[in-house]
Amino acid sequence: MAGSSGFVDPSGSGRAWYDLFSRGARDWLRHNDKVRAAVRDKLPELIAGSELLPSADRTVQVPVHFLEHARLRLRDADQSEGVGQGAGKPGDQLVQPGDGATSKGAGGNEEGGYQFILELKIDDIVDWLWEELKLPNLKVKSGAVQFDDYTREGWSRRGVRSRLDRRRSLKEALKRRAVQDEGPSFTNDDLRYRQLAMRRRPATEAVVYFAMDVSSSMTEHDRKLAKTFFFWVVQGLRRQYTHLEAVFVAHTVEAWEFPEQEFFQVSGSGGTVASTAFKKVLEIATQRYEPSRFNTYVFYASDGANFHNDREAAQAALQELGAVANYIGYVETASVAQQPLQSETALLFEQLEAETGAAGRHALSSPESVWDAIRAFFARPVETEG
Amino acid sequence: MNRALQSYAGRLEQLALSHGLDYYPVQFEEVPSSFMMEVAVYGLPVRMPHWSFGVRYIYQLVQHRMGHSRLFEVVFPGNPGRAYLAGNNSLQENTLVTAHVLGHADFAKNNSLFKRSQEQVGYRIVEQAAAHARQIGAAVEQYGQTRVEQVLDAALALEAHIEPFQSLRRERYPYYVDAPRPPHESGFQKRFDNLPGNEAAADAPLERVRAPIPAAPERDLLWLIAEYAPELEEWERDVFRAVREESFYFYPVFACQIMNEGWASYWHARLLREADFLPHNEYLDALKTHSDVVRPHAAEQQASLATNPYHLGFSIWESIVAEHGLERAFQIRTEDDDFSFVRNHLTQELAEELKLFRYERKADGAVRVLDHDIHALRETVLAPKYNFGAPAVLAKHIANDGSLTLFHEHETDGRGLDLERAERVLDYLHKVWRRPIRLETVDSAGQSRTLSRAAP
Repeated sequence: MAGSSGFVDPSGSGRAWYDLFSRGARDWLRHNDKVRAAVRDKLPELIAGSELLPSADRTVQVPVHFLEHARLRLRDADQSEGVGQGAGKPGDQLVQPGDGATSKGAGGNEEGGYQFILELKIDDIVDWLWEELKLPNLKVKSGAVQFDDYTREGWSRRGVRSRLDRRRSLKEALKRRAVQDEGPSFTNDDLRYRQLAMRRRPATEAVVYFAMDVSSSMTEHDRKLAKTFFFWVVQGLRRQYTHLEAVFVAHTVEAWEFPEQEFFQVSGSGGTVASTAFKKVLEIATQRYEPSRFNTYVFYASDGANFHNDREAAQAALQELGAVANYIGYVETASVAQQPLQSETALLFEQLEAETGAAGRHALSSPESVWDAIRAFFARPVETEG
Repeated sequence: MNRALQSYAGRLEQLALSHGLDYYPVQFEEVPSSFMMEVAVYGLPVRMPHWSFGVRYIYQLVQHRMGHSRLFEVVFPGNPGRAYLAGNNSLQENTLVTAHVLGHADFAKNNSLFKRSQEQVGYRIVEQAAAHARQIGAAVEQYGQTRVEQVLDAALALEAHIEPFQSLRRERYPYYVDAPRPPHESGFQKRFDNLPGNEAAADAPLERVRAPIPAAPERDLLWLIAEYAPELEEWERDVFRAVREESFYFYPVFACQIMNEGWASYWHARLLREADFLPHNEYLDALKTHSDVVRPHAAEQQASLATNPYHLGFSIWESIVAEHGLERAFQIRTEDDDFSFVRNHLTQELAEELKLFRYERKADGAVRVLDHDIHALRETVLAPKYNFGAPAVLAKHIANDGSLTLFHEHETDGRGLDLERAERVLDYLHKVWRRPIRLETVDSAGQSRTLSRAAP
């Protein structure tokens, strides 16, 4: 007996439940989140790709496969059997070897097949990369720049709930009940809210010098590594610090200052005289960014092959620089990672590190090491002295 | 809802009942095609959230956009049964679909596998699956997406690894068993045992020892993990139980696909043929839909490398009714599943008529027709249906330290596991088992391989 088969009209009660949201779309978004997380975990390798550098629209496109939820299954057989239908006599060759057009499909869904393009914003990548990174040895120095900020100042009888100061309100209630004999435990008049006021405050200012060796001994590979390193450091510092000056210096046997755009395109030829770069930095520092007001950072990239007869000059300039800079970092590009760094320039920095403690060295041997270098310089605990 | 369809539906039901079709009431509902698509992806209208469904959803969406797939209806067995009709079906298509649904409803009420699964899982799978979805949603709220996903990754990966011939609510293994009886084959031992005055000693109860777990190799991995995983929390076990319950529901759908689709197609064809109340045009249009659905994949002269289960099942049922009559057909629909159905009723003559052939595909993509041997044909049709379509991976032993050993019956399956995927499944399992875990299989050279994870 099929008593009461019938048609149901779900829209009778307004919108049908299944229109409220798409389960498929929800799970698809979750899948994409997972892909994004997976990409994020691999970022250090991704940022190494040179195509990330010149980005007009500040996005990076990463081709990714769909994730596959693995199931136990048999390994692909060397040959498989199936049942077909139609005209076919034993021995007929239906598909020629190597004819890939129809050779798929029998193996079930080929879900690994499709690719889609994940677009990542450089700003997002920088966010992910720089979440916990800080400039080392940043000190409060009062500079020219001042900025407006809210500071907490006094109390008010009116305000929003989130600014209710309970301790203060309780005190008011206690005071009132000290003079009232039978007063209520709380009244609206007891409530006190924290007040905020806009005040002008001096900003902590910093200047970062990026100096790069572009002499003949720096190969295309070396320069790309150095520029990739600088690019992500600049992006990260800009994100982290609102008031940050960046100065770009390149040198061979002489040193020049470049605007940011040109710096990332620059190439040169000639010998390596590192002292010119250090002197140039000092010159700019005295002229424009007085170290007593600016936190001063220097990052220098080179292959380490400095001229021998420049040793003393470089050492002197570096020491002078070390005396005023908060931190000096050196990255050495080398096709083979040498640990510890032993080049001419590396030894200069080793000395400096021993003297001031505010210097560091790191090797840039492969694209992956760019991220290691960034972490080595910026992941250290911040000592803010006030 | 179209009034004409309502009236046709009523009269089709009358016709169906007069032929002896027997079903629980069916609630028909017209739904948008987007809903149909989600049902196709999830297998159920509302099912637990998991990212893997999202991937399938996008594939389905792409296929749909490209016009590769069209779904007319979905039926869920139960009391009442539920039938969802695609909103973009024409009246003619819906007439056919209604008749088709009645065939499914009859099958779901009477086929013994379906009956058994509904007795265990219940008659309201749509609501139960929605309750599971809510349960998992609540777990996400409470324990966070990452933890719930970790459990679902493992449970859904083992979706097919149940033992449908065990009960859904199984007893745990016994804690203790009798120690093996000491052997007394030797004549002296026997004479000694039989000495006068020694009767009590001979009949003394055997020593009890801790039972091994599992007692015998265990196929139902979802159950084993839900009940015996050493470090799962109760809500995590419940996730495994929910997935297992849905697998029990899906099993007959999987194991009777050829029969069930064939039976529904047989009945829509027959009911339409006999529906003299249908205007001639509508009948012809509906018939065209029939031939679109129930047709071999190959056009006239071409050979196709797949068989359409609708067509195969339909043809077998037609020949059964022609040869043995309707009574026998009803009996077969009650007693068989695809295995017995194909083995018993796909005859040599029918296979010839359908031009079925067996082919072989080499790794380089070459495909060659092998033969028309009926026995081999049947087994090749059935080969992907064994064991819920999954490799035979069984639990062998849980040691005292809680470490689990799984083994793959590679001799039954003919070759080893896909090692890359097995490694990843092992990663999923390791996150829920949380003790050492091993999986034994063979590699491409037939050498035994053991994949393992140490304690986390």
